[in-house]
Amino acid sequence: MAGRTSREGTYVPEGIADEFTQGEPAQGAPSSDERSGDKQQKPDRPSAPALGLVGTLRWMWRQLTSMRVALMLLMLLAVAAVPGSVLPQRNQDAAGVIEYLADHPTAGEWLDKAGFFDVYSSVWFSAIYILLFVSLVGCILPRSAAHYRALRGRPPRVPSRFNRFPAKASATTDASPEQVADAVAARLRGKISWLPTFRVDRGEEAARGKRPASATVSAERGYLRETGNLVFHLALVGLLVSVATGQLLHYRGQAIVTEGRGFANAVVDYDTFEKGSWFRPESLVPFSMTLDRFESEFASDTVAFAQARDFTAHVTVTEPSGEQRPEQIKVNHPIVVDGAKVYLQGNGFAPDITVRDAEGEVAFAGRVTFIPQDTMYTSRGVVKVPDVSPGLDQIGFVGYFLPTAEVEADGSARSAFPQPVDPLLVLEVYTGDLGLDDGSPQNVYELDTASLTPALDENGDRVKVLARPGETVELPDGLGTLTLGDELPRYVALDLRHDPSLTFVLVFALLALGGLTVSLFTPRRRVWARAYAGQDGATVVEIAGLARGDDAGLQAEVDRALAAVPGEVQQPEAADAPAETSVVTPDSVVEPVETRSEKD
Amino acid sequence: MELANLSVLLVWGAATALAVALVAFAVDLSRLSGAKVDARDAARDRAKVAVGAGAPVDEPVSPYGPDAGATAPGPVNRKLAGIGMSVTWLAVMLLFVAIVLRGVAAGRTPWANMYEFALVGTFVAVAVFVGVNTRRDVRFLGAFVAGLGVLFLVLAQTRFFVEAMGVQPALQKYWLVIHVGVAIAATGIFTVAFVTSVLQLLRDGRDNGSVLLGSRRWGWLDHTPAPSALESLSFRLNSVAFVLWTFTLIGGAIWAEDAWGRYWGWDPKEVWSFIVWVVYAAYLHARTTRGWSGTRAAWFVVAGYACVLFNFTGVNLIFNGKHSYSGL
Repeated sequence: MAGRTSREGTYVPEGIADEFTQGEPAQGAPSSDERSGDKQQKPDRPSAPALGLVGTLRWMWRQLTSMRVALMLLMLLAVAAVPGSVLPQRNQDAAGVIEYLADHPTAGEWLDKAGFFDVYSSVWFSAIYILLFVSLVGCILPRSAAHYRALRGRPPRVPSRFNRFPAKASATTDASPEQVADAVAARLRGKISWLPTFRVDRGEEAARGKRPASATVSAERGYLRETGNLVFHLALVGLLVSVATGQLLHYRGQAIVTEGRGFANAVVDYDTFEKGSWFRPESLVPFSMTLDRFESEFASDTVAFAQARDFTAHVTVTEPSGEQRPEQIKVNHPIVVDGAKVYLQGNGFAPDITVRDAEGEVAFAGRVTFIPQDTMYTSRGVVKVPDVSPGLDQIGFVGYFLPTAEVEADGSARSAFPQPVDPLLVLEVYTGDLGLDDGSPQNVYELDTASLTPALDENGDRVKVLARPGETVELPDGLGTLTLGDELPRYVALDLRHDPSLTFVLVFALLALGGLTVSLFTPRRRVWARAYAGQDGATVVEIAGLARGDDAGLQAEVDRALAAVPGEVQQPEAADAPAETSVVTPDSVVEPVETRSEKD
Repeated sequence: MELANLSVLLVWGAATALAVALVAFAVDLSRLSGAKVDARDAARDRAKVAVGAGAPVDEPVSPYGPDAGATAPGPVNRKLAGIGMSVTWLAVMLLFVAIVLRGVAAGRTPWANMYEFALVGTFVAVAVFVGVNTRRDVRFLGAFVAGLGVLFLVLAQTRFFVEAMGVQPALQKYWLVIHVGVAIAATGIFTVAFVTSVLQLLRDGRDNGSVLLGSRRWGWLDHTPAPSALESLSFRLNSVAFVLWTFTLIGGAIWAEDAWGRYWGWDPKEVWSFIVWVVYAAYLHARTTRGWSGTRAAWFVVAGYACVLFNFTGVNLIFNGKHSYSGL
């Protein structure tokens, strides 16, 4: 093995107790300034005063790329990810963050300053994973170079003695030593000539001591193990770069569309729109889409009562060229239009509401989106009526749309089924200045009732206006009338997303998976064979095997190699029991060796 | 009788079988130690004397299988371990039928909620145990795997149970079979690996003269394989489970891309699956780091499995996220 020393010293093992690298002289050499990537190497700690700037930097770099620090960073990463699951996060649950800040004003403020509500984009979380990736690159690149050299190397020389190896076998045969060595070499290479199992060197060896000149075979397999390991780590880097690029280039828009209406793929047409910093508005292909029909299905059996079963949005897509085609969008089945994926993310009712003011003029007419609050589609909505006849107070409505109304004895109402079996609109009425005229942006789904006057009945309770489809009801205090349309249009919430990095993310993820699998399950083995003429004229064959770490299949590999020996083969008794002194070897004194072979 | 009810009955049957196996394995272990503990204690005392004299301690430890290095006078009767194995096989079969019936009753893949996840996860853990045992003697794991199995099944039946029914649109995809199926398989294998690593830690503690573990009560530990053998078994199981877990993350991301419009969104379940992945990645690295291999690496397995359990229970029951499919 001496011939492999320099190369082996640069080889990073996957398994512990690795006979491949243990006891290599190169490991102890403190002057080796090559970034060997040998993470097992305990970093030398030079005394601080002797270090100049370069020395310090080099020392820091060594520390960063050492396995020990990588381990610390991995653990830190795991710990740092925890708060993001405990505390509400802005990008998922902005309302939750506001609520938390209101409930914990002091602690919340500090947590917010420290980035605990945006954990995964916070400075400290980013610092950990960036350091981890720097450490990874600093370790993997030198290892790749070392592996490239190892890939061009040859299997190590045949050791002079086989008796200390964990797996071995021997036999005698009447075939010549050359025939035996050739046969064993052929078996180790395997049947597929372009993809040999082992890399094999067939050699000759001069007489040594009592042993006559021998024909030898040295073979090594499992180079793919390190290849897989490197591919895995490099793929992780690729994954990170792809994800980051996607973040810079992506856009995502949300649009609420009611049946019979449509929207165009333009920034202004979205209700919300977010984009990466490298996003170009030109990348929005100006197609448009119309929602023809929305269908929903719910279970009506008792076990899973009202559980959603199916949602389908039937849409018509109009390409910029004018070409039209019908499409279906379902949960789990987005459609792709000009590179953008369109998802069905929500649905509900958007009833037609018409409000006439005290003078009988139409002050509001349109579809109002009611957002489901529970699984039964008890849906909340707001109607703002600023455009009343001059001199009148503006009107605002807050309330619920109930697809299947169930009014309790105390007057409260809720929906009992998601489908419109017995629809009812329940609204509270407010008057005053809606505050829409000063130009400050308002949430269309909220009505700021603080500055408004609720309509009260004679008991001082808030008046609730109830309307069924097709009904026109009088508003309290002579404010006018409200009409609920006959039809109950549905709306869908569509999510449009374009992320050009998706393919790369997928490819790198799969590469990582493949590399990982190969690196964990490829056995790394060396097999040596020696054949020479014994004292009684028969050819003696000895085979030894060595594996990286613990390897259950090593003895079987050696036995397979032995089975290839041609001629009349005689195996010594109990040859499968390792470390038997009856094994014919030139080194007649065999000390018992602890074996790591396993019984199968 | 309705299929769903029959399934429940079979789960109880499997839990009972595992409880019986637990007792059989436990008695077997205690008998083994009774037969050999004196010899071991004597050897240990000699070793201590040797340490005092500055001589190297070279305790003869059989690397594999309790039988391999038996120095006790005569072979110990392992009949109870055999009974334990048979009953465990019975439990595996009962559980299998229960899961199939559950799937038929619900009309879909039988792993769409927490209850079913627990059933199938237990099935995989016990099946991996009996499967590995056909290749090498790991009966020493029996008491612990069976014990965890009983615990999981009883918890599932009493705390996580929901009626068999269909699933919501977000779950209606073949990824339910792949993503969740692979996640359950990984969890089951992690469970067996965890048991192995805990035994490794206990055995290591006893071998290194821990006061707590040195008493006769822990004598059965002498019948487990050497720590290095336990380590390598645990590593192999963890490697398989880690690859499966990696696939769970990737498959989940592909599915989330279609179902939720993003492949990764730091949903609580995603966060904890990521944490599990990172902890086991740290374990794999620790194994190859000098000073961190062996016992320290085994603690990573314990930490990792704690995260697996929290990901399954805590995240499902405490946090509100997109993976809220427990039905509770």
